[in-house]
Amino acid sequence: MTTIAPPAAAVGIGLKTRHVPEVIDLKPTLDFFEVHAENCMVAGGPALRQLAEVRERFPLSIHGVGLSIGGAAPLDQRHLDRLATLLQRFEPVWFSEHLAWSSHGGAFYNDLLPLPYNTETLARVCDHIDAVQERLGQRLLLENPSTYVEFAASTMDEGRFLAEVAARTGCGLLLDVNNAYISAVDHGRDPWDLIAALPVAAVGEIHLAGFAEDRDGAGDRLLIDTHGTPVAEAVWDLFRRTLRHLGPRPTLIERDQAIPPLAILVAEAERARSALLDAAAWPEAA
Amino acid sequence: MIPQDPIQAGFANALLAPERPLPPQVVTWNGSDPTVRFDVYRNNVVVSLTEALADGFPVTRALVGETFFAAMARCFLAEHLPDSPILTDYGDALPDFIAAFPPTRGLPYLPDVARLERARVRAYHAADARALTAQDLAHHLADPQRLPATRLALHPAWTLHVSEYAIVSLWAAHQGQGRIEDVDLRRAESALVLRDGDAVQVLPLSSAIAGFFATLAAGLPLGVAAEIAAATTPDFDLTQALALLIHHGGIAAWQPSGEPPA
Repeated sequence: MTTIAPPAAAVGIGLKTRHVPEVIDLKPTLDFFEVHAENCMVAGGPALRQLAEVRERFPLSIHGVGLSIGGAAPLDQRHLDRLATLLQRFEPVWFSEHLAWSSHGGAFYNDLLPLPYNTETLARVCDHIDAVQERLGQRLLLENPSTYVEFAASTMDEGRFLAEVAARTGCGLLLDVNNAYISAVDHGRDPWDLIAALPVAAVGEIHLAGFAEDRDGAGDRLLIDTHGTPVAEAVWDLFRRTLRHLGPRPTLIERDQAIPPLAILVAEAERARSALLDAAAWPEAA
Repeated sequence: MIPQDPIQAGFANALLAPERPLPPQVVTWNGSDPTVRFDVYRNNVVVSLTEALADGFPVTRALVGETFFAAMARCFLAEHLPDSPILTDYGDALPDFIAAFPPTRGLPYLPDVARLERARVRAYHAADARALTAQDLAHHLADPQRLPATRLALHPAWTLHVSEYAIVSLWAAHQGQGRIEDVDLRRAESALVLRDGDAVQVLPLSSAIAGFFATLAAGLPLGVAAEIAAATTPDFDLTQALALLIHHGGIAAWQPSGEPPA
């Protein structure tokens, strides 16, 4: 089993069920695959066995979408136990989750819902991350979300909030450049305000994905995080600028809707690799 | 005690109810109507959960049509949000919901079709357990004296389906086996759903064998199960029924002592 962490110029894609046989047989030129933790939480059967076969060939990143770290409710201990079991079995190179909430009153909404950024939510998120890292015995990477509304109750911006969480809990950050772009457009901000505020050393992984475009009630652009299209050129530009600032970071192409053939996603990941190699050759990062 | 959070309570109150007011504190940078933006969340929740349900019920969907299924799913999820983030578990309650859903009253077979489909998903993800082979069981089968007291544990991927309707033929017709117009809906049918290798199979059963398996699954010994089956079907063949079980890898444990299997 491969246990070494991939190099900083590593690229990967989200693992899709339909691509699994090809991934196992053809071993594409990728450094890692990412899977959603909750999709692997089954008792047994072919899906779990095939994931083990992929794991024998590639490092895995496990990406959670169900911990509800920003939720007011206490963490779901059964879910944490399931995560611990999963991480023990598949020994991922990273485990990541979202700055968002998804459960309330015992119900799971299957969406990454937004929270205000203030001292109260900061304390809550830090408490939850402390508990997660303690239970899992490993560092968590926290991902910046796409958001469509803001809150009058917010007293700090997202970059400062994330930097504060990383400083207090020791967690790492997963910088989703697409989410940074979407949230900036959707709230009339400069995406660089977020990226520049993040502690450079904390960023352990980058996500890239595609969005859909709509209009809000005032006719302004409203971007929606769909993971259903190729990465937009504006996001590639922001990614290259980010790499000049941070240096290379393991980068993942996410696609969850309108899933193309494996080769198309591999080509998109290779485009990310070119940018990473350029950044490694011309470092501006401190 | 669950801490109160008015914003999250407000989201929960409004996400599935377009007529309800938005959560408190929601603002937009340009002063535009926040409802348009909040509707992105409403749409994400409904569409993603409907898709999660739709994935597991292709024949149910085909029987009622995509538009009807989506409308029914919308009613279902308003009452039954997932109780965990594991969406492969979501949908267990849909067959009973369909049974009590007035608009599908004209399709009385639909709840059993949905149960069969749900069982297929569960079988695919069921725990791995080694099935006992004919070779494993040869010495037990060679000792017919002890058979009547024997109890079995069936494989965790197995479920038995007994319906008053032709659910197996209906399901098969949607897999390209037989024509749907030839299905006699009023014919009672039974089936085993099981995992054979990586494939989930739907295996039609006679009512006698279905009854025999149901008795075994309830934890009663072979002798009792065979007696019940023979009482309703005089030509019930125990050897044939056991052979079918073994051939499809249905036996996870065999307890000749008569003790309930561990």
